[in-house]
Amino acid sequence: MKKEVYINSIGSVSVQKTFDSTQFLEDIVTYNDTTLKVVDPNYKEYIPPAAARRMAKGIKMSAVSSKNAMKEAGLQNVDAIIVGTGLGCLGDSEKFVSDIIKNDEQYLTPTRFIQSSHNTVAGSIALDMGCKGHNFTYVNASISFESSLWDAKLQLQANEATHILVGGVDEMVDHHVDTHRFIGHVKDKPVTMEEVLSSNTKGAVIGEGSHFFVLSNKKGKSTYSKLTSIGIYNTLEKDKIADVITGFLKDNELSVQDLDGVILGNNGDVEYDHFYTNLCSSIFDNTPQLVFKHLSGEYDTATGFGFWLANKIFKTGEVPKIVKLNDKNITEPKRLLLYNQYRGRNHSLVLLEKC
Amino acid sequence: MSNLKLELKEKIIEQLNLEDVSVDEIADNDPLFGDGLGLDSIDALELIVMLDKDYGIKLADPKEGRKIFESIDTMAAYISANKA
Repeated sequence: MKKEVYINSIGSVSVQKTFDSTQFLEDIVTYNDTTLKVVDPNYKEYIPPAAARRMAKGIKMSAVSSKNAMKEAGLQNVDAIIVGTGLGCLGDSEKFVSDIIKNDEQYLTPTRFIQSSHNTVAGSIALDMGCKGHNFTYVNASISFESSLWDAKLQLQANEATHILVGGVDEMVDHHVDTHRFIGHVKDKPVTMEEVLSSNTKGAVIGEGSHFFVLSNKKGKSTYSKLTSIGIYNTLEKDKIADVITGFLKDNELSVQDLDGVILGNNGDVEYDHFYTNLCSSIFDNTPQLVFKHLSGEYDTATGFGFWLANKIFKTGEVPKIVKLNDKNITEPKRLLLYNQYRGRNHSLVLLEKC
Repeated sequence: MSNLKLELKEKIIEQLNLEDVSVDEIADNDPLFGDGLGLDSIDALELIVMLDKDYGIKLADPKEGRKIFESIDTMAAYISANKA
């Protein structure tokens, strides 16, 4: 018999003050920009200065979010660490390549090379906690985090592991933003948080963040929710998405009416937000609709923020006004569905239930 | 020589990302490794590259580094004697 999969703890560093687990979007960080950097926690409280000096930003953020998740779960170690990242520690990769060019392929130093690989975050966390179990990094663009969740879910259901630390992390770096701005994936002009989702312009506001969760096949003292199902689709025809979602729910013996809310990945890109707006005016017309990317910015693992949001809603029973897209209220959240896509590709569905 | 020592301290702080250390906190005869500044083997590689790149000094035998990188004093003396 398959075991249930529970989200037993959360840890987050994002553009909002999510590193403070006592808060739930009470003190919103607003902006008028095209790129958003994380609100830095006091890294020295989490990382020895001698270690921190070599850490890329993605590792620093993840050291904090993973430690917070482990602390809340009451664990010293886990059976596996699975991380999703679209770009890894891209900042050091860029510096390493820049050094190669600048120094005519001479004088390459080790520090930047060490951190220029995608799996540095998962490796660093494992080294820090002495975890010798399964250590894997999914680099699957905007479904990297969902791929990690799926791997963890399968392992926990099959009882191959009891506790798995699962995370998603991406850092924002200048060259990447510049190239994506050049090809129109980043908004041309600054936009405010209040206006971004209705900006009616091309591109997204780019953000960054790190979100970690302890998933277990045993309920813990701090359990947030139950991970019921995940769906990942690299390509989907625009007019088939509603059918795929209803089919996904049917596979879980549910219908749209059984959902207490849907969390959508709208990012304000006029070229692709119709994937969401079409659903909002059709199958989700009577469903409370929530959004989060105006708070987090867009990045490959931004759904980690959405996952964090869903779990905070389950835990607190509250839905902050700032995430509501329509006027339907969630009275008692029992079942939430996350739907995300990026630029019309890599669609994902994550179904969470209160437990 | 004193200018070179100051330059070395600044380079070490910048290249090894010693955010919490200031030039004034590194004495010329402080050990750079172990109990002193606390540098490690990766830092040693960074220092070898720095000698080559900034002063044109190639260490033929990396074991030499143990003596050369003992302190700012020893580094400055070695660079002054061997600078290209």
